[in-house]
Amino acid sequence: MTTTARHIAAAVNAGANPRTAVAEALAKAKADTHNAIVRTCDERALAAADAVAKRVAAGERLPLAGVPVAIKDNLNLAGIEVTAGSKILKGYVAPYTATAVERLEAAGAIIVATTNMDEFAMGSSNETSAYGPVKNPVDPTRIPGGSSGGSAAAVAAGIVPLALGSDTGGSIRQPASLTGTVGLKPTYGSVSRYGLIAYGSSLDQIGPFSTDVADSALALQVMAGKDPRDSTSADRDLGAIGNLPTTPAAALKGLRVGFVAAHEEGLAPGVRARLQEAKQRLTAAGAVLVPVTLPHERFAIAAYYIIATGEASSNLSRFDGIRYGHRTETADSLAQVYGKSRAEGFGTEVQRRIILGTYVLSTGYYDAYYKKAQQVRRKIVDDYANAFTQCDVLLGPASPTTAFKVGEKTSDPLQMYLSDIFTIATNLAGVPGISVPFGTDEQGLPVGMQLQAPIGNDQRLLAAAAGIELLSR
Amino acid sequence: MITDDNVRHLAKLASLHLDDATVTRLRGDLESIVGYVEQLSQVDTTGVEPLFNVSGAVNVTRADVPGPLIPTPQVLALAPARNEVAILVPKVVER
Repeated sequence: MTTTARHIAAAVNAGANPRTAVAEALAKAKADTHNAIVRTCDERALAAADAVAKRVAAGERLPLAGVPVAIKDNLNLAGIEVTAGSKILKGYVAPYTATAVERLEAAGAIIVATTNMDEFAMGSSNETSAYGPVKNPVDPTRIPGGSSGGSAAAVAAGIVPLALGSDTGGSIRQPASLTGTVGLKPTYGSVSRYGLIAYGSSLDQIGPFSTDVADSALALQVMAGKDPRDSTSADRDLGAIGNLPTTPAAALKGLRVGFVAAHEEGLAPGVRARLQEAKQRLTAAGAVLVPVTLPHERFAIAAYYIIATGEASSNLSRFDGIRYGHRTETADSLAQVYGKSRAEGFGTEVQRRIILGTYVLSTGYYDAYYKKAQQVRRKIVDDYANAFTQCDVLLGPASPTTAFKVGEKTSDPLQMYLSDIFTIATNLAGVPGISVPFGTDEQGLPVGMQLQAPIGNDQRLLAAAAGIELLSR
Repeated sequence: MITDDNVRHLAKLASLHLDDATVTRLRGDLESIVGYVEQLSQVDTTGVEPLFNVSGAVNVTRADVPGPLIPTPQVLALAPARNEVAILVPKVVER
């Protein structure tokens, strides 16, 4: 059992030297055998540990005092090479720090390492990374999920108690489910995206991985809030999100838990068994199970791969070999600098999504694809609004299967896209979602239960998640 | 029906210098993915306003106040080709 972030912070606030936990995390990160870590930030981390020690000695009490944290390789961290898992950003040393990371550091957290990820967060298995696949600490022949697979694996392997990922279509919740960690995608706009290397800007949201719900709640509490540098960030009162119920009854009694019956179709048997068990235990704990429908959810993947790739084709146009990153050595003209640098720097999946995104945005196809997808998106939002008139939270699986084998789905992009079937609608609707570990399948592989709540109700989501966590024990 | 030439045109729009084998592979991928997303035509969206961003924000502005900037030498240092004062690119204007 890994020490929680809260435990470390309490010790450091009581006078323990933050260098101890930081040095231990750095040593574990260097000894990482799962390809979860891209690079460690030794000097920066040790200097930050000393700064935290001084602040505590001066009387400050910090919510994340001395807590070692790993962050996904798509979050800017001043002075550290940040590459979004891509060759095209090789050599890019971030000149500034992302707001979410800055807020963690201000609360006493120490960034010890950056983590492996699918290239530009485009993948569901962490196999599109320029650094090679991450291995799932639960079973190294299997993938950890993606795209934040390195952050999930770093927490699952006990390297750090807390890690940051980003979630555009499930990239926090699906790997959390597959590695047996807690993964939270907050309400869209809760956490500033400033300094996050953008993929699909209307979908992207930064969130934490942790070993329990309370640590994720604490991280969200620290990171959330309006940031003038991200115009979509929201000034929203999240309430007392750190104040979680400590008994199943306090969390769940009378809570209306919606579920979509259609979700049970096509589930791996081990996942279905855990879902049924979760429902039984919820009922026993006094929750009220309510069948609901999300009639347009089955169109979410199709809408997502239009919207996300359209946004990505625009966002990724900035990587052109001029101002930073990889530049081709064989160009005779400026156009060739752009075209060859991008072809050499971007991997297969990124090129595929740029071409698809360019297609759906091009003249003659915009209305048929991009506009249509945004109309379907509104139908999905309306579905959620209807469902949440009947229930307080939604329960379902985070992933249709447990962790699959390395290489199992790489030859068929569409098959890979379908592994995000339960997580994508969340991003289209902007609602918060979380995956909480709930037992294992017949092979001992972790199963995650997903909860979703209405926009801005992250506190309700976390309280229910704390209840599920208590029921899983 | 998507042709190799369609993909070449998209690659040009996206500034991706692709070889013929990649063009053909991407054509196959694009056909299969576009075939999948065609299912959206089953949804009746008559009169439905497209939803581009759930935040509902439109044209957010802020006060035009200068803030701290990243120092020029630090910005220049990131460029793959540069001299002391500028980022270098191949010549774009003929004499």
